[in-house]
Amino acid sequence: MNNEPELHPEQLRYADVLHWCTLAGFITLVATFAAYMLGWLPAYVPLEKMPALWSLSTEEFLKATGTPTGWSWLFRMGQGDFAGQLGIAILSGCSIACILVIIPIYAKGRNRAYLAICFLEIAVLLASAAGVFTRH
Amino acid sequence: MEQPQLIAGRLKPSLLLWLLPATLLMLSLPAEAADAAVSATPWWVWPLALFVVCFFMGMIAVPAGVGGGVLFVPIVGSFFPFHLDFVRGAGLLVAMSSALAAGPSLLKNGMANLRLALPLALIASISSIGGAMLGLALPANIVQIALGFTILGIAALMISAKKSEFPHVARPDPLSRALGIHGIFHDAISGKNTPWQVHRTPAGLVIFLVIGFLGGLFGVGAGWANVPALNLLLGVPLKVAAGTSSMILSMASASATWYYLDNGAILPIIAVPSVIGMMMGARIGAHLLTVLKASMIRRLVIAILLFAGARTLLKGFGVWI
Repeated sequence: MNNEPELHPEQLRYADVLHWCTLAGFITLVATFAAYMLGWLPAYVPLEKMPALWSLSTEEFLKATGTPTGWSWLFRMGQGDFAGQLGIAILSGCSIACILVIIPIYAKGRNRAYLAICFLEIAVLLASAAGVFTRH
Repeated sequence: MEQPQLIAGRLKPSLLLWLLPATLLMLSLPAEAADAAVSATPWWVWPLALFVVCFFMGMIAVPAGVGGGVLFVPIVGSFFPFHLDFVRGAGLLVAMSSALAAGPSLLKNGMANLRLALPLALIASISSIGGAMLGLALPANIVQIALGFTILGIAALMISAKKSEFPHVARPDPLSRALGIHGIFHDAISGKNTPWQVHRTPAGLVIFLVIGFLGGLFGVGAGWANVPALNLLLGVPLKVAAGTSSMILSMASASATWYYLDNGAILPIIAVPSVIGMMMGARIGAHLLTVLKASMIRRLVIAILLFAGARTLLKGFGVWI
């Protein structure tokens, strides 16, 4: 007889969305990196110049290369080093997607405390993603 | 393709004893090369070396019960020619990716509890942004010195920390009761169900504020602190604490990762081979427990942390560049 305890429905829904988001993130990460390394997508900063640049601080690196910050990478998908950011962004966004899909479950159960926690967590993640705390 | 179980099954402990010190030697080689002539080394050597080193780190991190980030930042920061900003950015991504990959199965088999994770992750997410902001604003040598002390502290914590499989919680605190934080741990081997509840939730929220801050500051993830805090302070069963730690880490690291990404502090050429190497190594590492004692690997990880922590500290003080 199966005596495993039942899990909360939001936990199972969160797990399902997390699985697919993470898979999409990893596939994108590997595919774009392969294209970048193999030269299928040209690099904004030539790969052979990287050893002289990656020992600089972020600020110095950005200044020396003129690399744009924020969401500019999204509009430069044709360049390998920017395309590589897409997989990173998908992985970083997994939690947002997962929390969004469990909100209706908490709303249906009138669980105000967890609704508030979910909205606050999404607000924090979105604010960070939108560059609200960013220095530039 | 050969299965990781088969590969791990063929690894004899004696072979592994040679394999792991060889990893340590490999870790030193890039540093020597860096001192000699970084510019003379072809660019592709570095991501390749990073992949190999992260593969071995992933192998030992899983059986030792630590996240990859805590090994990644001090080792790569000390032995590779990358600036600490990029190493910490990659470290956060490594920690987050490992936690995300483990998340679905942990949630589905009840080893992680979402209702426990969410409030703690919210606090840690906020403070990890603060840590990330401070980390990118401070001079690298200051962060390096603080990181060195932290890594040595983590090694000391690993040596001294006690753990309790099923801590006794006489009465849940009002906050955890109001949030409905409790569960039933199902032991798949014995088939036994053990109900659990938590206490000291307000103190836990304060601790996770600090843990999140340190995670964002150093990019080291926080499994090393999450598990003892959940297990010893809140009274969560050890296995549920380990699983829930992963969920907290996946959310808290994401907020800091966005900050690093937005500030241009994540370079795919450093971050991606690290993530792929760590994930592949972790798959092998999960099966190493069948051929090697976890306590032995744990001792090895403590030795590596002591070495990498001392190296980080000396590098920060400018003694051993």
